[in-house]
Amino acid sequence: MEFRTHIMVCAGTACVSCGSFNVKKVLEEEIKKRGLDKEILVVATGCQGFCAQGPIVVVQPDDIFYQLLTPEDVPFLVEEHFLKGRPVKKMMYTPPGEKTEIPTMSEIGFFNKQRLIALRNKGLIDAEQIDDYIGRNGYNALIKVLTEMTQDDVIKSIKDSGLRGRGGGGFPTGLKWEICKNSKGDLKYIICNADEGDPGAYMDRSIIESDPHSVIEGMLIGAIAIGAHEGVVYIRTEYPLAIKRLETAIEQAREYGLLGKDILGKGFDFDLRIKQGAGAFVCGEETALLASIEGKRGMPNKRPPFPAESGLWGKPTNINNVETWANIPWIILNGADRFASIGTEKSKGTKVFSLVGKINNTGLVEVPMGITLKEIIFDIGGGVPNGKKFKAVQMGGPSGGCIPAELGDTIIDYDSVNATGAIMGSGGMVVMDETTCMVDVAKYFLNFTQAESCGKCTFCRIGTKRMLEILQRICEGKGEEEDIEKLQELAAQIKDSSLCGLGQTAPNPVLTTLKYFRHEYEAHIRDKKCPAKSCKTLLTFEINDKCIGCGACARVCPTKAITGEKKKKHLIDQAKCIKCGACFDICKFSSIDKN
Amino acid sequence: MAKLSIADLEEIRNKVKKSTLLREGSFNAKITVHMGTCGIAAGARTIMNTLIQIIEESKRNDIIVTNSGCAGFCSKEPMVTVELKGESPVKYSSLNESKIKKIFEEHVLNGRIVAEYALAIGNEREP
Repeated sequence: MEFRTHIMVCAGTACVSCGSFNVKKVLEEEIKKRGLDKEILVVATGCQGFCAQGPIVVVQPDDIFYQLLTPEDVPFLVEEHFLKGRPVKKMMYTPPGEKTEIPTMSEIGFFNKQRLIALRNKGLIDAEQIDDYIGRNGYNALIKVLTEMTQDDVIKSIKDSGLRGRGGGGFPTGLKWEICKNSKGDLKYIICNADEGDPGAYMDRSIIESDPHSVIEGMLIGAIAIGAHEGVVYIRTEYPLAIKRLETAIEQAREYGLLGKDILGKGFDFDLRIKQGAGAFVCGEETALLASIEGKRGMPNKRPPFPAESGLWGKPTNINNVETWANIPWIILNGADRFASIGTEKSKGTKVFSLVGKINNTGLVEVPMGITLKEIIFDIGGGVPNGKKFKAVQMGGPSGGCIPAELGDTIIDYDSVNATGAIMGSGGMVVMDETTCMVDVAKYFLNFTQAESCGKCTFCRIGTKRMLEILQRICEGKGEEEDIEKLQELAAQIKDSSLCGLGQTAPNPVLTTLKYFRHEYEAHIRDKKCPAKSCKTLLTFEINDKCIGCGACARVCPTKAITGEKKKKHLIDQAKCIKCGACFDICKFSSIDKN
Repeated sequence: MAKLSIADLEEIRNKVKKSTLLREGSFNAKITVHMGTCGIAAGARTIMNTLIQIIEESKRNDIIVTNSGCAGFCSKEPMVTVELKGESPVKYSSLNESKIKKIFEEHVLNGRIVAEYALAIGNEREP
């Protein structure tokens, strides 16, 4: 008997960590108990994107969207919806500030403003079933390339599409392929860079988890265009679920003869292996990545020669990022023109972002180029929670910068984002509200790059350390008048004297916060105050006249700094106060002032 | 599994097409069986089982069947709503196995409404 309904359970890392496998197990048990297991199929899919609402379940063909499910919800859900046909409202999504639930996925703003290319199969296929991918036109682009196109046709098509590297650099992909194809040598390599390391970014992980075959097919097409017969996926070992799904996918593709010798009987050979990286941020840089694959310490080398001429084991090598690869089959099947019709003059197609930080709809979104930051943050992201004010958005991770709220009309486009001082980057978008201290943010990112600097170049190794020390001092209220100048001077030298992108861009978070939020630095240094009331050492906690003397604060204070008689105003001993904020959080009468 | 040829790949694609279309929500006919307590008591389950079976036999992969709650006219259960793409939904009432087979044959496959079993055309309006 055929299944009348498919229950798509999100099994991306975020939903799995909220317990989606348990939900799936109970769903299967309950459906069996009700005798519906012959007509209703439960499918584990990759990330649906709406991570804030996980575990997520979508019921097809009715398109009903359920969220925040627990195993305890399941028996009722199965009885009501699957047995009696009554979709359960209380498990549906209600947008922040609204009262009515939205039953279907396609009506939810978070989903219907998105345009899917790289994530075209998200939530629609079981990532561990190659047949599901084939059903969604999978490997059709490969057939087209093998039967109808020459190497140059493929390269021309990618060039015409205007696709640029989605790892952050934005180099035209078709041109990159052409250079590698024209490099001398019989032995060439294809590499997929899945060493995603920016804090808060998880686009590549999700693509591999939800649709690994799109990456494999993209790589196959790239290999044909360039004339490579071996490929490597360099993926960080911290992504166990993505690695498992990719391994399964490679195995299934080999079984079907889509990898290996004489693919589809057309005489082309190509095989793929996985190299797990140990999670060093610098290994996302091309030359360091190559060194790591070769078994050497992950350190960058000077370019030229570029990998397209002399890469892995000294052979011409083409490296593209996961999202770039996932775009390729779509472009081949739907045509370069259709891809190029989406986006702006110099940035075509779509871009995947992971939306995190102070935002209602945390999750993964794919949007057309040319959309504004505000549209992403408010229309799709649902704005900033708890009625707070949107302050800035950090793009491009440690190499990027903070774009202030005033520039919210900036469009998503490589050049427009660069003009703000941030970069498009691989797609991390960290949203900040009025309680975020921009000096602290700069300190956070510098702390990251400082720890991840490989140490090869002096300015990156020691310069970032000195910058970090200055920022730490400023946050502790020990900043000096000349600190800002020193930061700028060090930043310029680090940018000029570092070999690779890590060092060249490490000062960006400091430079952009200085550019847009200089007054916050000055307040820390001159007034010894943190305007966002975030840097604890600069705060004082005092009890005001609203205090009714309930004693709640005195009970939670870990240092016994609060004293006072019952029903009388209490007092904080500033010498004993460690500024932990516990009293502020517990007080129900707003009687603690934080300044 | 032996290595695939291009024709084999096409065959797999056709085999899983039904699943694909169902998940994409792209179908040409949708049959909703009303399965509230009243519907189930009146035999909606038989209607559902019959439909799943005859859809499979028809080898059409663009027809889907789903269930919904009580349609409100409990004395006329079992009821189904047949909705062809681009056309108004039609409600059929007081069904049994042979009636649903006829509706499937005439209306779903050939686009001719079976007037003798039909209750109404269209859906209730929202206020």
